[in-house]
Amino acid sequence: MRRWLTSQPIQQTVFLGPALLVYAVVMVVPFLLGLYYSFTNWNGVSSHIGWVQLQNYKTILTDDPDFGRSFWFTARFTVAVVAISNALGFAIAYLLSKPMKTRNVLRTVFFMPNVLGGLLLGFIWRFILTQSFPAIGQATGIGFFKLAWLSTEATAFWGLVIVSVWQGAGYLMVIYIAGLTNVPSDMLEAAAIDGATGWQILRTIILPLIMPAVTVCLFLSISWTFKSFDLNFSLTQGGPFKSSQSVAMNIYYEAFKNNRYGLGTAKAFIFFVVVTVITMVQVSITKKREVEM
Amino acid sequence: MNAKPYGWKLLASEIAVVLVAALFLAPFYFVVANSFKSFAELLADTSGLPKSLDWHNYARAWDVLKFPRALRNSIVITAFSDICMVVVSSLAAYRLLRYPSRTNRILFSLFIASMVVPFQTIMIPLVKVGNWLHFLNSLPGIIFCYTGLGASFTIFLYHGFMKSIPQEIEESALIDGCTPYGIFWRIVFPLLKSMTVTVVVLQSLWMWNDFLLPLLVLQKPQLQTIQLATNSLFGQYMQQWDLALAALVMGIAPILAFFLALQRHIIQGITAGAVKG
Repeated sequence: MRRWLTSQPIQQTVFLGPALLVYAVVMVVPFLLGLYYSFTNWNGVSSHIGWVQLQNYKTILTDDPDFGRSFWFTARFTVAVVAISNALGFAIAYLLSKPMKTRNVLRTVFFMPNVLGGLLLGFIWRFILTQSFPAIGQATGIGFFKLAWLSTEATAFWGLVIVSVWQGAGYLMVIYIAGLTNVPSDMLEAAAIDGATGWQILRTIILPLIMPAVTVCLFLSISWTFKSFDLNFSLTQGGPFKSSQSVAMNIYYEAFKNNRYGLGTAKAFIFFVVVTVITMVQVSITKKREVEM
Repeated sequence: MNAKPYGWKLLASEIAVVLVAALFLAPFYFVVANSFKSFAELLADTSGLPKSLDWHNYARAWDVLKFPRALRNSIVITAFSDICMVVVSSLAAYRLLRYPSRTNRILFSLFIASMVVPFQTIMIPLVKVGNWLHFLNSLPGIIFCYTGLGASFTIFLYHGFMKSIPQEIEESALIDGCTPYGIFWRIVFPLLKSMTVTVVVLQSLWMWNDFLLPLLVLQKPQLQTIQLATNSLFGQYMQQWDLALAALVMGIAPILAFFLALQRHIIQGITAGAVKG
Protein backbone atom coordinates (compact mmCIF):
# COMPACT_ATOMS: atom_id res chain seq x y z
CA MET A 1 0.00 0.00 0.00
CA ARG A 2 1.21 3.48 -0.76
CA ARG A 3 2.72 5.25 2.19
CA TRP A 4 0.47 8.33 2.16
CA LEU A 5 -2.55 6.11 2.73
CA THR A 6 -1.25 5.16 6.13
CA SER A 7 -0.07 8.64 7.11
CA GLN A 8 -1.49 9.94 10.40
CA PRO A 9 -3.85 12.57 8.91
CA ILE A 10 -5.42 9.98 6.60
CA GLN A 11 -5.73 7.48 9.43
CA GLN A 12 -7.33 10.13 11.62
CA THR A 13 -9.85 10.83 8.86
CA VAL A 14 -10.66 7.21 8.11
CA PHE A 15 -11.09 6.16 11.73
CA LEU A 16 -12.66 9.27 13.20
CA GLY A 17 -14.19 11.02 10.18
CA PRO A 18 -17.48 9.10 10.02
CA ALA A 19 -18.13 9.41 13.76
CA LEU A 20 -17.33 13.11 13.76
CA LEU A 21 -19.62 13.69 10.80
CA VAL A 22 -22.71 12.05 12.33
CA TYR A 23 -21.90 13.49 15.74
CA ALA A 24 -21.53 17.01 14.40
CA VAL A 25 -24.72 16.92 12.32
CA VAL A 26 -26.93 15.22 14.90
CA MET A 27 -25.54 16.52 18.20
CA VAL A 28 -23.21 19.50 17.97
CA VAL A 29 -24.95 21.60 15.33
CA PRO A 30 -28.45 21.15 16.84
CA PHE A 31 -27.08 21.90 20.30
CA LEU A 32 -25.44 25.16 19.24
CA LEU A 33 -28.32 26.09 16.98
CA GLY A 34 -30.72 25.48 19.85
CA LEU A 35 -28.70 27.72 22.11
CA TYR A 36 -28.95 30.45 19.48
CA TYR A 37 -32.70 29.97 18.90
CA SER A 38 -33.34 30.21 22.62
CA PHE A 39 -32.48 33.91 22.37
CA THR A 40 -34.84 34.50 19.44
CA ASN A 41 -38.56 34.64 18.76
CA TRP A 42 -38.39 32.12 15.90
CA ASN A 43 -41.72 30.43 15.14
CA GLY A 44 -40.37 27.54 13.11
CA VAL A 45 -41.67 28.70 9.76
CA SER A 46 -40.89 32.36 9.21
CA SER A 47 -37.51 33.20 7.72
CA HIS A 48 -37.36 36.25 9.94
CA ILE A 49 -35.73 35.36 13.22
CA GLY A 50 -35.63 38.22 15.70
CA TRP A 51 -33.07 38.44 18.50
CA VAL A 52 -34.89 38.91 21.81
CA GLN A 53 -31.98 38.47 24.24
CA LEU A 54 -33.11 36.93 27.52
CA GLN A 55 -36.81 37.54 26.94
CA ASN A 56 -37.66 33.82 26.51
CA TYR A 57 -35.92 32.85 29.72
CA LYS A 58 -37.64 35.69 31.52
CA THR A 59 -41.04 34.65 30.19
CA ILE A 60 -40.49 31.03 31.23
CA LEU A 61 -39.35 31.87 34.72
CA THR A 62 -41.87 34.59 35.52
CA ASP A 63 -44.87 34.17 33.27
CA ASP A 64 -45.42 30.50 32.42
CA PRO A 65 -47.37 28.71 35.15
CA ASP A 66 -47.75 25.58 32.98
CA PHE A 67 -44.01 25.11 32.75
CA GLY A 68 -43.57 25.55 36.46
CA ARG A 69 -46.38 23.10 37.04
CA SER A 70 -44.86 20.53 34.70
CA PHE A 71 -41.53 20.87 36.52
CA TRP A 72 -43.21 20.39 39.87
CA PHE A 73 -45.08 17.35 38.55
CA THR A 74 -41.90 15.87 37.06
CA ALA A 75 -39.97 16.41 40.29
CA ARG A 76 -42.62 14.71 42.46
CA PHE A 77 -43.01 11.95 39.89
CA THR A 78 -39.25 11.33 39.80
CA VAL A 79 -38.93 11.18 43.58
CA ALA A 80 -41.80 8.69 43.86
CA VAL A 81 -40.67 6.46 40.99
CA VAL A 82 -36.98 6.47 41.91
CA ALA A 83 -37.68 5.62 45.54
CA ILE A 84 -40.23 2.88 44.89
CA SER A 85 -38.61 1.24 41.88
CA ASN A 86 -35.19 1.09 43.53
CA ALA A 87 -36.62 -0.30 46.75
CA LEU A 88 -38.62 -2.90 44.85
CA GLY A 89 -35.79 -3.70 42.40
CA PHE A 90 -33.36 -4.20 45.27
CA ALA A 91 -35.81 -6.28 47.32
CA ILE A 92 -36.46 -8.61 44.40
CA ALA A 93 -32.74 -8.85 43.61
CA TYR A 94 -31.97 -9.61 47.25
CA LEU A 95 -34.52 -12.41 47.36
CA LEU A 96 -33.49 -13.79 43.97
CA SER A 97 -29.85 -13.94 45.08
CA LYS A 98 -30.91 -16.75 47.42
CA PRO A 99 -30.93 -20.28 46.01
CA MET A 100 -34.58 -20.34 44.94
CA LYS A 101 -35.84 -22.99 42.59
CA THR A 102 -37.63 -20.58 40.26
CA ARG A 103 -35.09 -17.76 40.24
CA ASN A 104 -34.26 -17.84 36.52
CA VAL A 105 -37.87 -17.82 35.43
CA LEU A 106 -38.66 -15.09 37.94
CA ARG A 107 -35.80 -12.94 36.71
CA THR A 108 -37.21 -13.17 33.19
CA VAL A 109 -40.71 -12.31 34.38
CA PHE A 110 -39.60 -9.23 36.31
CA PHE A 111 -37.52 -7.98 33.45
CA MET A 112 -40.16 -8.53 30.79
CA PRO A 113 -42.09 -5.24 31.09
CA ASN A 114 -38.87 -3.37 30.46
CA VAL A 115 -38.40 -4.56 26.89
CA LEU A 116 -41.67 -2.94 25.89
CA GLY A 117 -41.48 0.73 25.13
CA GLY A 118 -43.23 3.41 27.15
CA LEU A 119 -45.75 4.11 24.43
CA LEU A 120 -47.18 0.58 24.24
CA LEU A 121 -47.01 0.21 28.02
CA GLY A 122 -49.05 3.35 28.42
CA PHE A 123 -51.74 2.03 26.10
CA ILE A 124 -51.75 -1.35 27.83
CA TRP A 125 -52.20 0.27 31.20
CA ARG A 126 -54.89 2.59 29.96
CA PHE A 127 -56.88 -0.57 29.41
CA ILE A 128 -55.89 -2.09 32.75
CA LEU A 129 -56.70 1.03 34.74
CA THR A 130 -59.92 2.01 33.02
CA GLN A 131 -61.40 -1.41 32.16
CA SER A 132 -59.82 -4.19 34.23
CA PHE A 133 -59.53 -2.36 37.53
CA PRO A 134 -63.26 -1.53 37.71
CA ALA A 135 -64.07 -5.16 36.85
CA ILE A 136 -61.78 -6.44 39.62
CA GLY A 137 -63.26 -3.85 41.95
CA GLN A 138 -66.78 -5.10 41.24
CA ALA A 139 -65.80 -8.71 41.74
CA THR A 140 -63.80 -8.24 44.94
CA GLY A 141 -65.23 -5.07 46.44
CA ILE A 142 -61.74 -3.71 47.15
CA GLY A 143 -61.86 0.07 47.13
CA PHE A 144 -58.43 0.50 45.55
CA PHE A 145 -59.70 -0.89 42.24
CA LYS A 146 -62.84 1.21 42.30
CA LEU A 147 -61.03 4.56 42.27
CA ALA A 148 -61.58 6.79 39.28
CA TRP A 149 -58.20 5.91 37.77
CA LEU A 150 -56.72 8.50 35.40
CA SER A 151 -59.59 10.93 35.83
CA THR A 152 -58.43 12.74 38.95
CA GLU A 153 -55.08 14.41 39.51
CA ALA A 154 -54.05 12.04 42.27
CA THR A 155 -55.04 8.82 40.52
CA ALA A 156 -53.42 9.91 37.26
CA PHE A 157 -50.21 10.64 39.16
CA TRP A 158 -50.18 7.31 40.98
CA GLY A 159 -51.24 5.49 37.84
CA LEU A 160 -48.13 6.81 36.13
CA VAL A 161 -46.01 5.89 39.13
CA ILE A 162 -47.34 2.31 39.15
CA VAL A 163 -46.61 1.82 35.46
CA SER A 164 -43.13 3.37 35.68
CA VAL A 165 -42.23 1.18 38.61
CA TRP A 166 -43.59 -1.86 36.81
CA GLN A 167 -41.44 -0.98 33.83
CA GLY A 168 -38.22 0.01 35.58
CA ALA A 169 -37.92 -2.29 38.60
CA GLY A 170 -36.81 -5.31 36.55
CA TYR A 171 -33.96 -3.43 34.93
CA LEU A 172 -32.71 -2.13 38.27
CA MET A 173 -33.08 -5.65 39.65
CA VAL A 174 -30.63 -6.97 37.03
CA ILE A 175 -28.02 -4.41 38.07
CA TYR A 176 -28.58 -5.07 41.77
CA ILE A 177 -28.23 -8.81 41.20
CA ALA A 178 -24.89 -8.19 39.51
CA GLY A 179 -23.85 -6.07 42.48
CA LEU A 180 -24.97 -8.67 44.99
CA THR A 181 -23.05 -11.51 43.33
CA ASN A 182 -19.88 -9.51 43.94
CA VAL A 183 -20.42 -9.52 47.69
CA PRO A 184 -18.06 -12.20 49.03
CA SER A 185 -20.01 -14.95 50.75
CA ASP A 186 -17.30 -15.66 53.34
CA MET A 187 -17.80 -12.15 54.67
CA LEU A 188 -21.51 -12.76 55.10
CA GLU A 189 -20.87 -16.09 56.79
CA ALA A 190 -18.34 -14.56 59.15
CA ALA A 191 -20.86 -11.90 60.14
CA ALA A 192 -23.56 -14.52 60.65
CA ILE A 193 -21.26 -16.58 62.85
CA ASP A 194 -20.48 -13.48 64.88
CA GLY A 195 -24.20 -13.22 65.54
CA ALA A 196 -25.21 -10.37 63.24
CA THR A 197 -28.91 -10.31 62.35
CA GLY A 198 -30.08 -10.32 58.75
CA TRP A 199 -30.96 -6.66 58.95
CA GLN A 200 -27.53 -5.75 60.36
CA ILE A 201 -25.78 -7.71 57.61
CA LEU A 202 -27.87 -5.97 54.99
CA ARG A 203 -27.24 -2.50 56.34
CA THR A 204 -23.59 -2.67 57.36
CA ILE A 205 -22.09 -5.15 54.90
CA ILE A 206 -24.21 -5.60 51.80
CA LEU A 207 -25.34 -2.02 51.28
CA PRO A 208 -21.87 -0.43 51.47
CA LEU A 209 -20.47 -3.09 49.16
CA ILE A 210 -23.10 -2.60 46.47
CA MET A 211 -22.90 1.21 46.45
CA PRO A 212 -21.51 1.15 42.87
CA ALA A 213 -24.73 -0.56 41.76
CA VAL A 214 -26.75 1.96 43.77
CA THR A 215 -24.97 4.81 42.00
CA VAL A 216 -25.78 3.36 38.59
CA CYS A 217 -29.38 2.52 39.46
CA LEU A 218 -30.13 5.93 40.89
CA PHE A 219 -28.50 7.61 37.93
CA LEU A 220 -30.47 5.54 35.42
CA SER A 221 -33.81 5.80 37.16
CA ILE A 222 -33.49 9.54 37.73
CA SER A 223 -32.62 10.25 34.13
CA TRP A 224 -35.35 7.97 32.69
CA THR A 225 -38.04 9.37 34.89
CA PHE A 226 -37.02 12.97 34.58
CA LYS A 227 -37.11 12.71 30.79
CA SER A 228 -40.35 10.74 30.74
CA PHE A 229 -42.41 11.45 27.64
CA ASP A 230 -43.84 8.35 25.93
CA LEU A 231 -45.67 7.02 28.94
CA ASN A 232 -47.34 10.31 29.82
CA PHE A 233 -48.19 10.77 26.16
CA SER A 234 -50.01 7.46 25.84
CA LEU A 235 -51.38 6.85 29.34
CA THR A 236 -52.74 10.20 30.47
CA GLN A 237 -51.93 12.55 27.60
CA GLY A 238 -50.79 14.91 30.31
CA GLY A 239 -54.26 15.08 31.78
CA PRO A 240 -56.46 15.66 33.59
CA PHE A 241 -56.05 19.39 33.01
CA LYS A 242 -52.33 19.15 32.23
CA SER A 243 -51.71 17.94 35.77
CA SER A 244 -49.52 15.04 34.62
CA GLN A 245 -47.71 16.87 31.85
CA SER A 246 -44.00 16.17 32.11
CA VAL A 247 -41.37 18.77 31.24
CA ALA A 248 -40.46 16.84 28.11
CA MET A 249 -44.08 17.01 26.97
CA ASN A 250 -44.33 20.69 27.79
CA ILE A 251 -41.28 21.37 25.59
CA TYR A 252 -42.71 19.25 22.78
CA TYR A 253 -46.06 21.04 22.82
CA GLU A 254 -44.50 24.50 23.07
CA ALA A 255 -42.43 23.91 19.97
CA PHE A 256 -44.46 21.64 17.75
CA LYS A 257 -48.04 22.49 18.71
CA ASN A 258 -47.82 26.17 19.71
CA ASN A 259 -45.11 26.80 17.11
CA ARG A 260 -43.06 28.83 19.56
CA TYR A 261 -39.69 27.35 18.72
CA GLY A 262 -37.67 30.07 20.40
CA LEU A 263 -39.50 29.60 23.67
CA GLY A 264 -39.34 25.81 23.27
CA THR A 265 -35.57 25.76 22.83
CA ALA A 266 -35.12 28.03 25.86
CA LYS A 267 -37.15 25.56 27.91
CA ALA A 268 -35.09 22.72 26.49
CA PHE A 269 -31.92 24.40 27.73
CA ILE A 270 -33.26 25.04 31.19
CA PHE A 271 -34.25 21.37 31.20
CA PHE A 272 -30.73 20.36 30.12
CA VAL A 273 -29.13 22.37 32.92
CA VAL A 274 -31.48 20.97 35.55
CA VAL A 275 -31.02 17.36 34.42
CA THR A 276 -27.25 17.76 34.37
CA VAL A 277 -27.07 19.36 37.80
CA ILE A 278 -29.36 16.80 39.43
CA THR A 279 -27.52 13.78 38.03
CA MET A 280 -24.09 15.28 38.81
CA VAL A 281 -25.08 15.95 42.40
CA GLN A 282 -26.53 12.46 42.76
CA VAL A 283 -23.47 10.74 41.30
CA SER A 284 -21.05 12.74 43.44
CA ILE A 285 -23.03 12.02 46.61
CA THR A 286 -23.35 8.27 46.06
CA LYS A 287 -19.80 7.91 44.68
CA LYS A 288 -18.45 9.23 47.97
CA ARG A 289 -20.16 6.42 49.81
CA GLU A 290 -18.63 3.68 47.69
CA VAL A 291 -16.04 1.65 49.54
CA GLU A 292 -12.99 -0.03 48.08
CA MET A 293 -12.76 -3.75 48.64
CA MET B 1 -20.79 -23.50 51.99
CA ASN B 2 -23.44 -22.23 49.60
CA ALA B 3 -25.49 -25.41 49.81
CA LYS B 4 -27.64 -24.46 52.75
CA PRO B 5 -30.72 -26.63 53.18
CA TYR B 6 -33.86 -25.41 51.46
CA GLY B 7 -35.68 -24.36 54.60
CA TRP B 8 -39.17 -23.07 55.29
CA LYS B 9 -37.88 -19.50 55.46
CA LEU B 10 -36.62 -19.73 51.92
CA LEU B 11 -39.84 -21.39 50.82
CA ALA B 12 -41.85 -18.53 52.34
CA SER B 13 -39.83 -15.90 50.54
CA GLU B 14 -40.01 -17.88 47.32
CA ILE B 15 -43.80 -17.97 47.54
CA ALA B 16 -43.85 -14.23 48.23
CA VAL B 17 -41.71 -13.48 45.17
CA VAL B 18 -43.79 -15.77 42.97
CA LEU B 19 -46.90 -13.86 44.03
CA VAL B 20 -45.28 -10.54 43.15
CA ALA B 21 -44.24 -12.04 39.81
CA ALA B 22 -47.85 -13.06 39.16
CA LEU B 23 -48.82 -9.46 39.77
CA PHE B 24 -46.19 -8.38 37.27
CA LEU B 25 -47.65 -10.73 34.69
CA ALA B 26 -51.30 -9.89 35.30
CA PRO B 27 -51.44 -6.98 32.82
CA PHE B 28 -50.26 -9.31 30.06
CA TYR B 29 -53.03 -11.73 30.92
CA PHE B 30 -55.70 -9.05 30.70
CA VAL B 31 -54.44 -7.74 27.40
CA VAL B 32 -54.04 -11.12 25.71
CA ALA B 33 -57.26 -12.65 27.07
CA ASN B 34 -59.37 -9.68 26.07
CA SER B 35 -57.83 -9.36 22.64
CA PHE B 36 -59.76 -12.46 21.60
CA LYS B 37 -63.16 -11.23 22.80
CA SER B 38 -65.80 -9.41 20.87
CA PHE B 39 -66.45 -5.87 22.04
CA ALA B 40 -69.68 -6.87 23.83
CA GLU B 41 -68.04 -9.84 25.56
CA LEU B 42 -65.10 -7.67 26.56
CA LEU B 43 -67.31 -5.14 28.30
CA ALA B 44 -69.48 -7.77 29.96
CA ASP B 45 -66.65 -9.94 31.27
CA THR B 46 -63.20 -8.39 31.41
CA SER B 47 -61.51 -10.77 33.82
CA GLY B 48 -62.53 -14.15 32.39
CA LEU B 49 -60.94 -16.19 29.67
CA PRO B 50 -62.40 -15.70 26.19
CA LYS B 51 -65.19 -18.11 25.26
CA SER B 52 -63.49 -18.98 22.00
CA LEU B 53 -60.29 -18.06 20.18
CA ASP B 54 -61.61 -15.51 17.76
CA TRP B 55 -58.92 -14.18 15.43
CA HIS B 56 -61.25 -11.60 13.96
CA ASN B 57 -59.76 -8.72 16.00
CA TYR B 58 -56.30 -9.67 14.86
CA ALA B 59 -57.28 -9.69 11.21
CA ARG B 60 -58.71 -6.20 11.57
CA ALA B 61 -55.74 -4.88 13.53
CA TRP B 62 -53.38 -6.38 10.95
CA ASP B 63 -55.06 -4.27 8.27
CA VAL B 64 -55.42 -1.07 10.26
CA LEU B 65 -51.82 -1.13 11.47
CA LYS B 66 -50.60 -2.16 8.02
CA PHE B 67 -48.63 -4.53 10.16
CA PRO B 68 -46.17 -6.01 7.60
CA ARG B 69 -45.17 -2.52 6.53
CA ALA B 70 -44.74 -1.22 10.08
CA LEU B 71 -42.77 -4.30 11.08
CA ARG B 72 -40.52 -3.99 8.05
CA ASN B 73 -39.83 -0.30 8.76
CA SER B 74 -39.02 -0.98 12.40
CA ILE B 75 -36.68 -3.82 11.48
CA VAL B 76 -34.93 -1.86 8.73
CA ILE B 77 -34.39 1.16 10.97
CA THR B 78 -33.15 -0.85 13.94
CA ALA B 79 -30.90 -3.21 11.97
CA PHE B 80 -29.22 -0.62 9.76
CA SER B 81 -28.75 1.82 12.63
CA ASP B 82 -27.11 -0.98 14.61
CA ILE B 83 -24.71 -1.73 11.76
CA CYS B 84 -23.81 1.91 11.19
CA MET B 85 -23.40 2.58 14.89
CA VAL B 86 -21.16 -0.43 15.44
CA VAL B 87 -18.87 0.34 12.50
CA VAL B 88 -18.63 4.09 12.99
CA SER B 89 -18.17 3.94 16.76
CA SER B 90 -15.71 1.07 16.92
CA LEU B 91 -13.50 2.80 14.34
CA ALA B 92 -13.60 6.02 16.34
CA ALA B 93 -13.03 4.35 19.70
CA TYR B 94 -9.99 2.52 18.30
CA ARG B 95 -8.36 5.70 17.09
CA LEU B 96 -9.21 7.64 20.24
CA LEU B 97 -7.63 4.95 22.41
CA ARG B 98 -4.55 4.09 20.34
CA TYR B 99 -3.61 7.60 19.28
CA PRO B 100 -4.26 9.77 22.31
CA SER B 101 -3.14 13.09 20.91
CA ARG B 102 -4.34 16.29 22.56
CA THR B 103 -7.12 16.69 20.00
CA ASN B 104 -8.28 13.13 20.46
CA ARG B 105 -8.36 13.42 24.21
CA ILE B 106 -10.52 16.52 23.92
CA LEU B 107 -12.77 14.78 21.39
CA PHE B 108 -13.20 11.82 23.69
CA SER B 109 -14.24 14.07 26.59
CA LEU B 110 -16.70 15.78 24.26
CA PHE B 111 -18.29 12.47 23.30
CA ILE B 112 -18.59 11.47 26.95
CA ALA B 113 -19.96 14.84 28.04
CA SER B 114 -22.70 14.76 25.42
CA MET B 115 -24.16 11.58 26.91
CA VAL B 116 -25.95 13.72 29.49
CA VAL B 117 -27.68 15.93 26.92
CA PRO B 118 -31.39 14.98 26.91
CA PHE B 119 -32.84 14.30 23.48
CA GLN B 120 -35.47 16.97 24.14
CA THR B 121 -32.75 19.60 24.28
CA ILE B 122 -31.64 19.03 20.70
CA MET B 123 -34.84 17.74 19.10
CA ILE B 124 -36.24 21.09 17.97
CA PRO B 125 -33.16 22.28 16.05
CA LEU B 126 -32.51 18.71 14.89
CA VAL B 127 -35.73 18.84 12.89
CA LYS B 128 -34.53 22.09 11.35
CA VAL B 129 -31.17 20.59 10.42
CA GLY B 130 -32.99 17.56 9.03
CA ASN B 131 -35.04 19.85 6.88
CA TRP B 132 -31.93 21.51 5.43
CA LEU B 133 -30.16 18.24 4.73
CA HIS B 134 -33.31 16.48 3.47
CA PHE B 135 -33.26 13.66 5.92
CA LEU B 136 -36.80 14.11 7.14
CA ASN B 137 -39.25 11.48 5.88
CA SER B 138 -36.59 9.05 4.81
CA LEU B 139 -35.36 5.82 6.33
CA PRO B 140 -31.67 6.58 5.64
CA GLY B 141 -32.27 9.93 7.34
CA ILE B 142 -33.53 8.45 10.59
CA ILE B 143 -30.79 5.82 10.50
CA PHE B 144 -28.28 8.66 10.25
CA CYS B 145 -29.90 10.33 13.28
CA TYR B 146 -29.81 7.18 15.38
CA THR B 147 -26.17 6.61 14.47
CA GLY B 148 -25.32 10.08 15.71
CA LEU B 149 -27.48 9.88 18.83
CA GLY B 150 -26.09 6.49 19.83
CA ALA B 151 -22.47 7.16 18.89
CA SER B 152 -21.32 8.65 22.20
CA PHE B 153 -22.49 5.77 24.36
CA THR B 154 -21.22 3.18 21.86
CA ILE B 155 -17.79 4.82 21.63
CA PHE B 156 -17.67 4.89 25.40
CA LEU B 157 -18.45 1.17 25.65
CA TYR B 158 -15.93 0.16 22.97
CA HIS B 159 -13.26 2.46 24.37
CA GLY B 160 -13.55 0.83 27.78
CA PHE B 161 -13.54 -2.65 26.30
CA MET B 162 -10.55 -2.11 24.00
CA LYS B 163 -8.32 -1.21 26.92
CA SER B 164 -8.27 -4.89 27.79
CA ILE B 165 -7.01 -5.95 24.35
CA PRO B 166 -3.22 -6.41 24.43
CA GLN B 167 -1.39 -4.16 22.02
CA GLU B 168 1.33 -6.74 21.28
CA ILE B 169 -0.85 -8.59 18.76
CA GLU B 170 -1.30 -5.42 16.79
CA GLU B 171 2.41 -4.61 16.93
CA SER B 172 3.43 -7.99 15.57
CA ALA B 173 0.84 -7.72 12.80
CA LEU B 174 2.30 -4.35 11.89
CA ILE B 175 5.77 -5.86 11.64
CA ASP B 176 4.36 -8.58 9.41
CA GLY B 177 3.28 -5.84 7.02
CA CYS B 178 -0.38 -5.43 7.89
CA THR B 179 -1.78 -1.92 7.39
CA PRO B 180 -3.46 -0.09 10.29
CA TYR B 181 -6.80 -0.62 8.55
CA GLY B 182 -6.14 -4.32 8.15
CA ILE B 183 -5.14 -4.59 11.78
CA PHE B 184 -8.39 -3.02 12.88
CA TRP B 185 -10.64 -4.96 10.58
CA ARG B 186 -9.00 -8.40 10.74
CA ILE B 187 -7.63 -8.45 14.28
CA VAL B 188 -9.24 -5.88 16.57
CA PHE B 189 -12.81 -5.88 15.31
CA PRO B 190 -13.31 -9.67 15.70
CA LEU B 191 -11.98 -9.40 19.26
CA LEU B 192 -14.70 -6.89 20.08
CA LYS B 193 -17.44 -9.43 19.44
CA SER B 194 -18.82 -9.69 22.97
CA MET B 195 -19.02 -5.90 23.30
CA THR B 196 -20.64 -5.72 19.89
CA VAL B 197 -23.38 -8.05 21.12
CA THR B 198 -23.90 -5.79 24.14
CA VAL B 199 -24.07 -2.69 21.93
CA VAL B 200 -26.53 -4.26 19.50
CA VAL B 201 -28.78 -5.52 22.28
CA LEU B 202 -28.89 -2.25 24.23
CA GLN B 203 -29.26 0.01 21.23
CA SER B 204 -31.86 -2.22 19.54
CA LEU B 205 -34.11 -2.13 22.57
CA TRP B 206 -33.81 1.64 22.70
CA MET B 207 -34.41 2.27 18.99
CA TRP B 208 -37.18 -0.28 18.60
CA ASN B 209 -39.14 1.30 21.44
CA ASP B 210 -38.30 4.89 20.63
CA PHE B 211 -41.32 6.98 19.79
CA LEU B 212 -40.33 10.64 19.83
CA LEU B 213 -37.69 10.69 17.07
CA PRO B 214 -39.85 8.79 14.55
CA LEU B 215 -42.77 11.02 15.52
CA LEU B 216 -40.70 14.06 14.59
CA VAL B 217 -38.97 12.89 11.43
CA LEU B 218 -41.25 10.27 9.84
CA GLN B 219 -44.53 11.90 8.87
CA LYS B 220 -45.36 9.83 5.79
CA PRO B 221 -47.69 6.91 6.53
CA GLN B 222 -45.60 4.54 4.43
CA LEU B 223 -42.66 5.07 6.79
CA GLN B 224 -44.54 4.37 10.02
CA THR B 225 -42.81 2.20 12.58
CA ILE B 226 -44.72 -0.10 14.92
CA GLN B 227 -44.79 2.61 17.58
CA LEU B 228 -46.14 5.22 15.18
CA ALA B 229 -48.71 2.87 13.67
CA THR B 230 -49.98 1.92 17.13
CA ASN B 231 -50.18 5.56 18.11
CA SER B 232 -52.23 6.53 15.08
CA LEU B 233 -54.51 3.53 15.59
CA PHE B 234 -55.22 4.75 19.11
CA GLY B 235 -55.83 8.24 17.82
CA GLN B 236 -58.49 6.92 15.46
CA TYR B 237 -60.11 4.10 17.43
CA MET B 238 -59.72 5.40 20.94
CA GLN B 239 -62.39 3.36 22.71
CA GLN B 240 -62.47 0.29 20.48
CA TRP B 241 -60.64 -1.96 22.86
CA ASP B 242 -61.26 -5.16 20.92
CA LEU B 243 -59.30 -3.82 17.98
CA ALA B 244 -56.78 -1.89 20.08
CA LEU B 245 -55.83 -4.84 22.30
CA ALA B 246 -55.19 -7.10 19.34
CA ALA B 247 -53.01 -4.34 17.87
CA LEU B 248 -51.11 -4.05 21.15
CA VAL B 249 -50.44 -7.77 21.31
CA MET B 250 -49.11 -7.64 17.75
CA GLY B 251 -47.03 -4.62 18.64
CA ILE B 252 -45.35 -6.25 21.62
CA ALA B 253 -44.94 -9.72 20.08
CA PRO B 254 -41.78 -9.06 18.01
CA ILE B 255 -39.79 -7.40 20.78
CA LEU B 256 -40.95 -9.95 23.33
CA ALA B 257 -39.81 -12.75 21.03
CA PHE B 258 -36.46 -11.00 20.58
CA PHE B 259 -36.11 -10.75 24.36
CA LEU B 260 -37.08 -14.34 25.10
CA ALA B 261 -34.74 -15.65 22.41
CA LEU B 262 -31.76 -13.56 23.48
CA GLN B 263 -32.49 -12.99 27.15
CA ARG B 264 -29.15 -14.31 28.36
CA HIS B 265 -27.31 -11.85 26.12
CA ILE B 266 -29.69 -9.04 27.00
CA ILE B 267 -29.27 -9.47 30.73
CA GLN B 268 -25.50 -9.80 30.38
CA GLY B 269 -25.45 -6.78 28.09
CA ILE B 270 -27.32 -4.66 30.59
CA THR B 271 -24.96 -5.67 33.35
CA ALA B 272 -21.93 -4.91 31.17
CA GLY B 273 -23.40 -1.61 30.00
CA ALA B 274 -24.31 -0.56 33.52
CA VAL B 275 -20.96 -1.42 35.05
CA LYS B 276 -19.14 0.46 32.33
CA GLY B 277 -21.72 3.24 32.26
